[in-house]
Amino acid sequence: MTGARVPRPVLDLRGVTKVFGAGDTAVHALGGVDLVVDRGEYVAVMGASGSGKSTLMNIVGCLDVPTRGRYLLDGVDTRRLDEGRQAMVRNRKIGFVFQSFNLVPRTSAQSNVELPLAYAGVRLAQRRERAAAALARVGLADRGHHLPSELSGGQQQRVAIARALVTEPVLLLADEPTGALDSRSTREVLDLFDDVSAGGRTILVITHEEEVAERAHRVVRFRDGHIVSDERRAPRGARAAAAGGAA
Amino acid sequence: MNVRESARFAVRGVTANPMRTALTTLGILIGVAAVIILVAVGNGSSAAVKESLSRLGSNTLTVQASQGGTGGRAGGFGGFGGAPGEVSSGTRTRTAELTLDDAEALTDATLAPHVLRVAPRVSASSVTATYDGATHTVSTFLGTSPSYLTINDDSVQKGETLTAEDWTGRRRVALVGSSVAEDLVGGDGLDAVGKTVQFDGIGFTVVGVLTDKGSTGPQDEDDRVIAPLTAVQDTLTGYGSLSAISVQAKDADSVATAQAEIEDVLNSRHHVTSDDADYSIQNPTSLLTAVTSTSQTFTVLLASVAAISLLVGGIGVMNIMLVTVTERTREIGIRKAIGARRGDIVGQFLLEAVLLSLFGGVMGVLVGLAGSRFEIVGVRPVVSASSVALAFGVAVGTGLFFGLYPANRAAALRPIEALRYE
Ligand SMILES: Nc1ncnc2c1ncn2[C@@H]1O[C@H](COP(=O)(O)OP(=O)(O)OP(=O)(O)O)[C@@H](O)[C@H]1O
Ligand SMILES: [Mg+2]
Repeated sequence: MTGARVPRPVLDLRGVTKVFGAGDTAVHALGGVDLVVDRGEYVAVMGASGSGKSTLMNIVGCLDVPTRGRYLLDGVDTRRLDEGRQAMVRNRKIGFVFQSFNLVPRTSAQSNVELPLAYAGVRLAQRRERAAAALARVGLADRGHHLPSELSGGQQQRVAIARALVTEPVLLLADEPTGALDSRSTREVLDLFDDVSAGGRTILVITHEEEVAERAHRVVRFRDGHIVSDERRAPRGARAAAAGGAA
Repeated sequence: MNVRESARFAVRGVTANPMRTALTTLGILIGVAAVIILVAVGNGSSAAVKESLSRLGSNTLTVQASQGGTGGRAGGFGGFGGAPGEVSSGTRTRTAELTLDDAEALTDATLAPHVLRVAPRVSASSVTATYDGATHTVSTFLGTSPSYLTINDDSVQKGETLTAEDWTGRRRVALVGSSVAEDLVGGDGLDAVGKTVQFDGIGFTVVGVLTDKGSTGPQDEDDRVIAPLTAVQDTLTGYGSLSAISVQAKDADSVATAQAEIEDVLNSRHHVTSDDADYSIQNPTSLLTAVTSTSQTFTVLLASVAAISLLVGGIGVMNIMLVTVTERTREIGIRKAIGARRGDIVGQFLLEAVLLSLFGGVMGVLVGLAGSRFEIVGVRPVVSASSVALAFGVAVGTGLFFGLYPANRAAALRPIEALRYE
């Protein structure tokens, strides 16, 4: 596997299972998943509804714990982490992008982007500066004082991406990030992801759309809680470079 | 994350819903204001009673009859300025009697050298005064000797005072308080002098109008009539026992000695000992003690009513915080997903609760202080600094206490469940 080539993979899941409930009503959402993702990879996870994609993402994002199996994030065994450490991992190592944006309501775009930095204990002046830079990067430099309710869906999702990236995490996790967006906003978001990937960050994106999967370097397909295929695309170096140059 | 951050989030949370914040705050406001005002009213009324007691004179003693053999404890403070009991002469109960002879005996200069003046008192209850079609129910109709006026520091603002001849001549003359006079003749009442007023159908000539005592509390001390005891016994009360004997000691320092002398005289006349005395003597100190303890009870009672309303306000804060936490479950999930720790969430919601109660506390203090400037049921409230501090402290503490549970509930939410919450 590719794990041998790079000393420390970002994600290293071994025999991860997740069972909801117990007895007759138990749901085996994940049935023994092995997955290694190296630094800088851009992975798309696809599969039918209910196949366990979101469950996987929640475990990877330290929002939920596996029933069985081992999960190393950036070399750290997540089972050993207490609640406070898990919060710290989410804060420092992971950036989340959700289908439903999940911005804090009644709070300006700028404040939303500052939030992870506030929890990280970054000083106010520096926080302002970094949040403004992150907003500029997603093309919303002039929308900092707007409330989420005053932004379009595509703009809200870009604010969410700025918030996910502001702490410079090693891993960007996105669960159907374009599921609620039109084709133009989808393209804007995907261009941003290309940009992030070109910058060397690891991306794990869950999607139903081929358009999204096309951009990834690697596509993992799920069925009933198992990985059924894991294919690497030919490096789209030329295309990525062209896109990066255009942006 | 530091406290300032939590405070900023908390302020944002509180200001996001101004109407709800205002109503929640109102509960605390009312509680704090109630504590301050009610304690001030309690203090004010006890101050007023003490003041009226001090006007009674510090060297006056009041002797009253009490049940024989019950230990002779002083029975409250009903005696001052009023009628402790009716003179019911006909019935031969175990009720002991004070007689004119008792009063006479207390003037004996050898047996009671420290007694300066003695005034026997009888009082008639619910006496109706009529004059020229006007009627007035007199709250205190007192029959006594002229020395009572000296003991009680009374004077007339118009007309003549009572004289020794009025007593010996059993003259039907009377001094009326201004409230009585105003009701009967109108105007400032001074025209009552010289008029003959019917008291329960018996004519008394008004010879003077008493100088105003002013009223303390709900009792009008100018609603009274004073007439010679001899004439009152002739007409209204009959010749039974006295309702009380007012005694003035030579000076403030000899009050205790005078009291001892009175006890000696009365014990030997009534054939009792101090242990089973059939009378009681109220001195200014015992009166003050009784009043103080009564008004303290009163104040504590008022304060507990107010404290309950403060508690209700606190429960209001808890209620609204629980609603807030439920409403913002998703927000809590988002915050946790991007790295908020348990302490951050507790801090935010706890500060929100404290902010609510702090705001209510400050407003409550302002309203309480403003409300205490007005006269309430005839009492001038006296604000005590400790009640303000206590009410404010309890309000903020209430916020802390009642905020703790909702805040912990918010913090204990698991991120994935909070995020999934609809
Ligand atoms: N909290 C839960 N309790 C019980 N069962 C659950 C829970 N979460 C998920 N499941 C079950 O686990 C299975 C996988 O769910 P999951 O959300 O991972 O699917 P998914 O692949 O993300 O689907 P979709 O594409 O529709 O989002 C489903 O059968 C679902 O019913
Ligand atoms: Mg899903």
